[in-house]
Amino acid sequence: MNWEVAAPLLIFLVVIFIIGFWSSRHIQSGNSFLQDYFLGGRQLGGFILAMTMIATYGSASSFIGGPGVAYTQGLGWVLLAMSQVVTGYFVLMVLGKKFAISARKYNAVTLIDFLKERYNSKWVVWLSALSIIVFLFSAMAAQWVGGARLIESLTGLSYLSALFIFAASVLVYVVIGGFRAVAVTDAVQGAIMFIGTLILLIAIIAAGGGITTIINDLSAENPNLITPFGFDGGLTPMYVSSFWILVGVGVVGLPQVAVRAMSYKNAKAMHRAIIIGTVVVGSIMLGMHLIGVFARPILPGIELGDKVMPLIAMEVLPPWLAGIVLAAPMAAIMSTVDSLLLLVSSAIVKDVYMNYIKPDAKEGTIKKMSFSVTALLGILVFLMALSPPDLLIWLNLFSFGGLEAAFIWPVVLGLYWGRGNRYGAVASMIAGTGSYILFHTFYPNAFGMNTVVMPILFSLLTYVAVSLFTGKSSAEVAEI
Amino acid sequence: MKVHKKDPRFKIAEKEAWIGIGLVLFNFIWWYGFAYGMGSGPAEEYTYIFGLPAWFFYSCVVGFLIMVVLVAIAVKFFFKEVPFEDQQEGGDSE
Repeated sequence: MNWEVAAPLLIFLVVIFIIGFWSSRHIQSGNSFLQDYFLGGRQLGGFILAMTMIATYGSASSFIGGPGVAYTQGLGWVLLAMSQVVTGYFVLMVLGKKFAISARKYNAVTLIDFLKERYNSKWVVWLSALSIIVFLFSAMAAQWVGGARLIESLTGLSYLSALFIFAASVLVYVVIGGFRAVAVTDAVQGAIMFIGTLILLIAIIAAGGGITTIINDLSAENPNLITPFGFDGGLTPMYVSSFWILVGVGVVGLPQVAVRAMSYKNAKAMHRAIIIGTVVVGSIMLGMHLIGVFARPILPGIELGDKVMPLIAMEVLPPWLAGIVLAAPMAAIMSTVDSLLLLVSSAIVKDVYMNYIKPDAKEGTIKKMSFSVTALLGILVFLMALSPPDLLIWLNLFSFGGLEAAFIWPVVLGLYWGRGNRYGAVASMIAGTGSYILFHTFYPNAFGMNTVVMPILFSLLTYVAVSLFTGKSSAEVAEI
Repeated sequence: MKVHKKDPRFKIAEKEAWIGIGLVLFNFIWWYGFAYGMGSGPAEEYTYIFGLPAWFFYSCVVGFLIMVVLVAIAVKFFFKEVPFEDQQEGGDSE
């Protein structure tokens, strides 16, 4: 085992564990357990809000997968990745104050609570709970596998022990600490992601002999690497632009991101978070993907994209510093997993159990339920990650785009369009997710755009058409 | 609440949402314009700024910095602070 690299990584895990544990003390003093456990009592400040949004959103793909593709594709992929700067300001500006105020009015703790009050429909609740549980559970398991693989490759531990270390360090603080522990550890993890990116970018530019030399080397190998079109000219402007929907504006529809837009303390926190979020997310995305491109002349011939990040860090940095920098992808994975775990748990406890199974449950029962469901889910994911079933891998493919297509219009138009109604919401969720799965299977990247574009368009049309059509007879206009 | 009167805070929220959409459109046009406007020619004819191809420098580096400035201006000067709790419900100390 390479102790010099492994030690900082293990120290990082311990530190996160302690911080999560420490911030869980607040749970006992809060006035409403549910609000506290699943939403941090709506008390997040600007910095933590910005960090938890970025950290939840930035996952293994921003730190491992993305740079790996950039290594192959060149600057064109960095261009594509920069569409994600939008997430830093757009989500909070669009959901913004309206969502925060409405959520407080409805006393909503989860995204589904909000939809339930807005549409007043059992079907909306069941459909949303089902899609959150199914899609995010599989997304979580996939990230879990990624986290264990990363520990495995860096420390030389077996996959099983790596998975165990990873699972144990995440589970404990999520189960006992709830949302606040998740948000606070996210803030630390976000800071590590930010600093790790900067250190590695500077080191890699130095190792490559300066930007001019690196770009010259790239263009000597293949001039396409420094064009916006990818190494073989395959990245068309249409295709690259369509990512503005998938990883830019569409992120508004991701439940794990949207729920954070109801967790902040006041308008001031939101304003700060918008500015901090834009700076941090832009720097991470630009830096991380440039690292992938700049790694190419320094370490040519890496076959597997996922290995680019770990290999280049160990190449250009002293081992102990590489360990610290490699805590960044680890942090990205952990901060995504912990949020998903809590969200799936809230869908089960709050949205299904308390709404339909036992509406009169006592505070003590709810407490016990929340802890045990979260813990059970964690253990279940652990078991799944031991040898992921094919179904799970298949479902994970849809988790990002499928959820966006399901939720974006019921949430956004639910907020801003009074005539949108439950029939429109249910129809658009089915049309969105259903057509996403169909397109993905039979006609991926339709019309040269990312697969997510058409389903999002379909679900918009369905939402509007069905709402208008059924709205004539019911004549109900929501007070929004 | 029977009289349908729009919460004045929602007017502010709606204005801010439109600002968000405006910023995204500007961001996209800047990003797209420089990337494909300057980057579509043959790579041999590229000009370079700080070692980076000019299209990339303007589209991704300057584009990002400009967005940070615009977002900060929008938030500082056009976003309003409003209370989130409902006043009429009162009595809530938190």
